[in-house]
Amino acid sequence: MKNISDKRKLRNLQGIILLRIIIAANIFFLFLFLAMIFLKGYKVLSLSFLFEFPRQHMTEGGIFPAIIGTLLLTVISVIIAMPLGISGSIFLSEYARPQWLVKIIRLAINTLAGVPSIVYGLFGMAFFVYFLRFNVSILAGGCTLAVLILPIIINAGEEAIKTVPTDIREASYALGATKRETIIKIVLPSALPGILTGVILSIGRAAGETAPILFTAGTFYMIGLPGSLFDKCMALPYQIYALMTEGTHPEKQHPIAYGTAIVLLVLIFIINFTAVLLRYKIRRNRRW
Amino acid sequence: MKKHSVKKTNDTVFYIIITLASVSSVFILFGIILSIFSQGLKLFNSYNFLDFITGLNWYPVYDPPDFGILPIIAGSLLITSLTIIIAVPFSIATAVYISEIAKPHEKEILKPVIEVLASIPSVIYGLFGMAVFAPFIQKLLNLKTGFNAFTASIILGIMIIPIISSISEDAINAVPMNLREASYALGATKWETIFKVVLPAAKSGIITSVILGIGRAIGETMVVLMVAGNSAVIPKTIFDSVRPMTSTLASEMGETPVGSTHYYALFAIAAVLFVITLILNFIIGLIRGSLKTRHNN
Amino acid sequence: MVDVLVENLNLWFGNAHILKNIRLDIYDNKVTALIGPSGCGKSTLIRCFNRMNDFIENVKIEGRILIDNEDIYNEKSDVFDLRSRVGMVFQKPNPFPKSIYENLVYGLKIKGIKKKSVLEERAEKSLKQAGLWIEVKDRLHSSAFSLSGGQQQRLCIARALATEPEILLLDEPTSALDPKSSNKIEELLLELKNSVTIIIVTHNFSQAGRVSDYTAFLYLGEIVEYGKTDKLFTVPKDKRTEEFLTGRFG
Repeated sequence: MKNISDKRKLRNLQGIILLRIIIAANIFFLFLFLAMIFLKGYKVLSLSFLFEFPRQHMTEGGIFPAIIGTLLLTVISVIIAMPLGISGSIFLSEYARPQWLVKIIRLAINTLAGVPSIVYGLFGMAFFVYFLRFNVSILAGGCTLAVLILPIIINAGEEAIKTVPTDIREASYALGATKRETIIKIVLPSALPGILTGVILSIGRAAGETAPILFTAGTFYMIGLPGSLFDKCMALPYQIYALMTEGTHPEKQHPIAYGTAIVLLVLIFIINFTAVLLRYKIRRNRRW
Repeated sequence: MKKHSVKKTNDTVFYIIITLASVSSVFILFGIILSIFSQGLKLFNSYNFLDFITGLNWYPVYDPPDFGILPIIAGSLLITSLTIIIAVPFSIATAVYISEIAKPHEKEILKPVIEVLASIPSVIYGLFGMAVFAPFIQKLLNLKTGFNAFTASIILGIMIIPIISSISEDAINAVPMNLREASYALGATKWETIFKVVLPAAKSGIITSVILGIGRAIGETMVVLMVAGNSAVIPKTIFDSVRPMTSTLASEMGETPVGSTHYYALFAIAAVLFVITLILNFIIGLIRGSLKTRHNN
Repeated sequence: MVDVLVENLNLWFGNAHILKNIRLDIYDNKVTALIGPSGCGKSTLIRCFNRMNDFIENVKIEGRILIDNEDIYNEKSDVFDLRSRVGMVFQKPNPFPKSIYENLVYGLKIKGIKKKSVLEERAEKSLKQAGLWIEVKDRLHSSAFSLSGGQQQRLCIARALATEPEILLLDEPTSALDPKSSNKIEELLLELKNSVTIIIVTHNFSQAGRVSDYTAFLYLGEIVEYGKTDKLFTVPKDKRTEEFLTGRFG
């Protein structure tokens, strides 16, 4: 009897140790990953790397146009996706009728959320670049990214709106407010931090995507800034890919790719950190 | 009375705007389906459907070209299965550890670690694979090239651990505490409780997370594009270079003239990829649906 | 002066007949209490006066509620205007996640009143009516959540009073409060009835005895007995009222 019990205890201990090893491996990998990228790229980092234009076919100089390009792409995608996404979450959580329409919209959002990013890229190319004649441009890339982040914003928005308690909606109605007034003046302001968290996370997602902009916006080498939204642009993730695979001078271009990767990582960490801070603040302030 | 009607009109207008904006997601989905399929189906005006599905050769720029996607499908399947084999145990272990074993302060470290891993763009995983991991694997296993299905799957596996584990963790957290207590009260150890009570109770959520992981693995582009070696040949071993669907699209679309047969063939691949993700979504829907009816009963 | 009359009110949720043939003549500037065991329909009834039941799916309402001789269930009736004339206070304090001041002027702004002087004046007046002015006058712009539970409920009363309603509905307003805060609110109601007609649902009939002038006893969706509170409490006419008051069910 004692023997069996000891065996079970041993198995328990072994199991937990195994799990600990796996977790340690996760953490170890993260640090290895960050350390390797940093070690390979830190030498090229400098202020002029951030704020100068590239020279000599991307073998020298900075990545300023890529930073600007990524900013423009994300800003446009958010400007387009945010109103659509927030409307979607209002519809799903506040109106939620007619039932058949809710079902169809949910089905569409769930399907969109699972579409591979390269398929978004092809869609963007077929639809925005050729059909709407945006050409390969910041606008086409921004639209494609907007489609990609739309389901993320809708889902986050719906979650945030759901946490707004019913009783303050009732209080608003009881004071004579219409549904629209209640949504705009009570529900949305209360859910705003949660909605914004979702929007910020989706910005991080848009900033890091490569496949959707391969054929809709990205270009390898620019010596100036794009003149209008109908111009192509450089973008940080695209540039990493292009430097690693298409470059003609790997010995000069690979370090620039690592440096770019550090910049992109830092950018995305800042974005996500903002979202985490915001979420933390919501949890602390929530009184309901 | 007049004010009343103004308010009502405003409300109706607002409702209509909100509804139209929401319906946009349906239109977008239709737009995707329409543009992918309308272009993809044009391939079969000039190329046999069966040859496309069962052809062993993908030689898009030969004359006459071959658009057999079997080697490409095989590449996708190999990468996806290897990735899942690698990622699932790690993901579930991570989820179990975070929800069942970790102390609160450990959680506070582990959760951000997982979130950071989840937020890293795939192109940077690809960069890591190219620059660090592929050369390492090549040396370690003494291979011709480090750019192969095995290397890509490991990187991809690491990449999707956060996705699978966070959804599994939600499922595990949803298991009611009293089930665990009942198990402990019968003398079970933690390990036994996890394996015999918690995991079975969270089964459908975990399966959902794995299917979502499959969807991510099959649809992920940058890592396979940069690390899998890009050779459109049916792999014989896991150390062969492969070119899955996604990297075929990414690497060939840029150089293909619009309206050429090759262009349509790439859209046909995108259509296949789209159908696969639809099927995966459908399976998830079925699982969720059966879960709901069970809860209602 | 306001005239409230309930005529043959019937209400169904789906197939469940919740309110049966309710007839009620509410007296002006008095406090009318609705009491009865849980599930008797008292909360549903009070929500009829400002049509808060409209939101429930499958609800069917027959009969009339006349406020100033106008049927509020008439098709032409303006529900939003009705609700700013009939204030409501809920079981749990439910301030908006906004400042105290913004809570108070919400109903006025909804009505389209924008003038700052008017808003401030009304905010102050309603806070005074709710006995909250002295406690919060120096922090009108801090969050409503910074108040205690009892203060929050008085803020909700003030918020309801700000639109100068003719009728104030209170649905178990003290059930989530401690005894001291409850007392304060009871005292408040006695003062308020001079300016507004009050209908209160309460699960606590000693409270009904303390604050109300008239009491209606509901049982299984029907009004069993309705009359002056002191009469109904001391010499109930119906056996069921007596049983309820002596605690034999409920």
